[in-house]
Amino acid sequence: MNAPVSTPGLLYEGADWDFATLMRIHDACEEVAVRDLGLDCYPNRIEIISAEQMLDAYASTGLPLFYRHWSFGKQFAQHEALYRKGLRGLAYEIVINSDPCLSYVMEENTATLQALVIAHAAFGHNHFFRNNRIFREWTDAKGILDYLEFAKGYIADCEDKYGEIAVERVLDSAHALMNYGVHRHHRRTIDLRSEEQRERERRAHDEQMYNVLWSTLPERANQAIGADEVEKRRAMLQLPQENVLYFLEKSAPRLAPWQREVIRIVRNVAQYFHPQRQTKMMNEGCATYVHHRILNTLHTEGQLSDGALLEALHSHTSVIMQPDFDDPRYSGINPYALGFAMMEDIERICREPTEEDREWFPDFAGCGDPMPVLRHGWAEFRDESFILQFLSPHLMRKMKFFHLKDDAAQPVLRVDAMHDERGYRRVRRALAKQYDPAWMDPDIQVVDVDLAGDRRLILEHRVQDGRLLEEQEARQVLRHLASLWSYDVLLREVDPATGASLREHAVSPPR
Amino acid sequence: MQILDRRLNPSGRSLPNRQRFLRRAKALVQEAVRDASAKRDIRSADEGGEVSIPLHGIREPSFHHGAGGLRDHVLPGNKEYREGDEIQRPPSGGGGGGSEGSPEGGGEDAFRFVLTREEFLSLFLDDLELPDLAKRRLVEGADPAWHRAGYSVAGTPANLSLARTMRNSLSRRIALKRPKPEAVAALEAEIASLEGQPGSEERIAELKAELEVQLKRSQRIPWIDPIDVRYRRFEPVPRPVARAVMFCLMDVSGSMTEDMKDLAKRFYTLLYIFLQRRYKHVDIVFIRHTHEAAEVDEETFFHSRETGGTLVSTALEEMRKVVADRYPPSDWNIYAAQASDGDNAAGDSQRTARLLIDEVLPACQYYAYIEVGRDGEHGMPGFPRGPTDLWRTYEQLVSAGAPMAMKKVRNRRDIFPVFRELFAKRGLLEEAKA
Repeated sequence: MNAPVSTPGLLYEGADWDFATLMRIHDACEEVAVRDLGLDCYPNRIEIISAEQMLDAYASTGLPLFYRHWSFGKQFAQHEALYRKGLRGLAYEIVINSDPCLSYVMEENTATLQALVIAHAAFGHNHFFRNNRIFREWTDAKGILDYLEFAKGYIADCEDKYGEIAVERVLDSAHALMNYGVHRHHRRTIDLRSEEQRERERRAHDEQMYNVLWSTLPERANQAIGADEVEKRRAMLQLPQENVLYFLEKSAPRLAPWQREVIRIVRNVAQYFHPQRQTKMMNEGCATYVHHRILNTLHTEGQLSDGALLEALHSHTSVIMQPDFDDPRYSGINPYALGFAMMEDIERICREPTEEDREWFPDFAGCGDPMPVLRHGWAEFRDESFILQFLSPHLMRKMKFFHLKDDAAQPVLRVDAMHDERGYRRVRRALAKQYDPAWMDPDIQVVDVDLAGDRRLILEHRVQDGRLLEEQEARQVLRHLASLWSYDVLLREVDPATGASLREHAVSPPR
Repeated sequence: MQILDRRLNPSGRSLPNRQRFLRRAKALVQEAVRDASAKRDIRSADEGGEVSIPLHGIREPSFHHGAGGLRDHVLPGNKEYREGDEIQRPPSGGGGGGSEGSPEGGGEDAFRFVLTREEFLSLFLDDLELPDLAKRRLVEGADPAWHRAGYSVAGTPANLSLARTMRNSLSRRIALKRPKPEAVAALEAEIASLEGQPGSEERIAELKAELEVQLKRSQRIPWIDPIDVRYRRFEPVPRPVARAVMFCLMDVSGSMTEDMKDLAKRFYTLLYIFLQRRYKHVDIVFIRHTHEAAEVDEETFFHSRETGGTLVSTALEEMRKVVADRYPPSDWNIYAAQASDGDNAAGDSQRTARLLIDEVLPACQYYAYIEVGRDGEHGMPGFPRGPTDLWRTYEQLVSAGAPMAMKKVRNRRDIFPVFRELFAKRGLLEEAKA
């Protein structure tokens, strides 16, 4: 049964593997992960898939079962064309934040790659999913698979009942607003498991509810609408509302119940992915650091051959490659590179701190064991705050970070700060801002509905640093928004400091 | 920890998504398919293939920042910059420090992907139809259709006819007086109720004997006997198969340039694909002619050079011969496409017309004549070129009601429209005229 192992102690030899090999690798990794790194993971489930299935998984944003939509077909076609031409390889694995934690590994991988993947995904990502505060608060790892099953079935039912085109129209519109289907601030425990039942209860409740939009009572004559009236109206509609999809689901006057539920599904999926956007760099850094530690430990203990370690290091180094900004390959900061560098840097500060480190990180410099510091970091931070807290001058010098200010009003770009004594804090702050979703996404909220007049929906974009919306796409999104709202929609781009309106987009729903 | 092997799961999970995507992008893909088909070989033309469609038609919009305003970039790999340095803005904002790093915001303007053969063809030939009803013939060797034909006593379990089997079983049990299970149960119940009552020993013994007989009988006579079993029987019925032969006739005399041949080849390619979609079996016969005609293979047909005069009638004569030899019109659907630059030797027109009317056209489902010419050809200055000899000859035939189509093709671009015009659905064509 077991693949023959001629050298005692080695987990495997050569590139071939079978289930017993994977089992041995997993157990060996687990021992290191728990004993040396003190990780706390969900139970693992490792699924072996073919290249085509990997492409499938890509197309549906990595989720194992997903509802049907043309955009996934588009992505599949695109990935497939690139893959077939050999322009792009496939990821070695995909990991799902669920309990048990699902890792998909490709059958083509060599035994060493499987070891790398298991250490990376099944322990690194797994630990991060289970312990990071944002994931714990915003996602429901136990319920996600059941919920996706429900969502898929629900949308397929809708397609049967109302036609593919009608469902597609709602999904298109909801997808366009997906980034605005997330609660960012107030927290609420999420239990996806009971969603299906709650869906029924919600309908029953809504039918008995009073919707202020349908109020047909005549206005009292000649009474100027006071400021408190406006406030009252906004309070009833829970305005202002940053979660545009939530607002539409609850308040759009002419949606059928199934359309509201479809919006809700898109919203829940968006919410599920929201933590991943905020922690991409840390999550990859954590997993890369974990696989690096585990594989090196296994090698030291004689469970991994020299050749296997070299193969793993080859993959490892290509993953953490960071081209310079003027390199043609440069396409932003590689989350694997920065994440792994930060984790290693923290390890260095714990073990061999310099005077500078002691000054910058008095809490943990020289504490000896990096794991408690790292585990704390992985649990309590997101990318933005992690950089603000842990990015050291040493690493900024190593990566040669500099801060470039690009003011469209000026003819030239200006180097605002660089990796020197005067610039460390400014570079760090600017870098952290790049990872803040509140800064990356335009800040758009629903602010009011014109109840006295034509039920026009009014949104506001609070313009930061004079960055206006890309006009053509914004109008397309607004058209989607208007088709869900069914009446006119107005988006005002305002300067938050003065309240002055910089630009307005008005769109009517398609007839 | 669990390891699951998912490799054996049914593949093609994303097929429904793909179909939705193709429906969505149909107009764009159709255009791309028509473009792509212009660059292919005659026999491999119906394979699937990569097409490229413009991205704007299938974009998924989202709110994002446009150009302008104040931006901050933190970039790795500083080499010579110091704080306060001023850098010229890189041209077009794309390179250097100007990239925003948003995943969808890239400057990609085309979307490439691969279509399967089926998808390619159904898009390509979406609204065309064959001009004439197909003739069908029974052919030996073609795979037969299976029809139900009563029941048999032998067969595979999959074809077991349960109803028929149980009916036989029931009648056999009645005929042989197999005791019903209820009757046996009733006997047993009676024995049990009498058991222990005084004075009923005799009756019990009687009943027990009776029960034993019944039990033996039901053991001897099985519930289902092999002789009851019936299977659904199927019989092979030969299926009429529609076969087609396509005649490619081409003038290869010196006046036909490579360009003209290329145009002709494209037309033949389309016709071949189209016929292949409609018929299970399509033969192609290549006939080339100068002042004499011969049947040749594809390679020779398109690539070898010949010199000589031009006698169109020789090609028609050759075609008539081949038809008489191998393709009896009663069994075959015959299509012919002729390509020529329109030259014909003076005096051959009469013979050509007669051959067409009397011999060739009656045998054909459809006869298409394509006159190829160079782009922007005006003939000699001062001598505006009128219709060619062949064109004039055929025009007379058509106006006299002969079932043939004729078109002029000057440019690669014309091929597809001309082909579509020739094969467009009749209904549509008449609508268009009306």
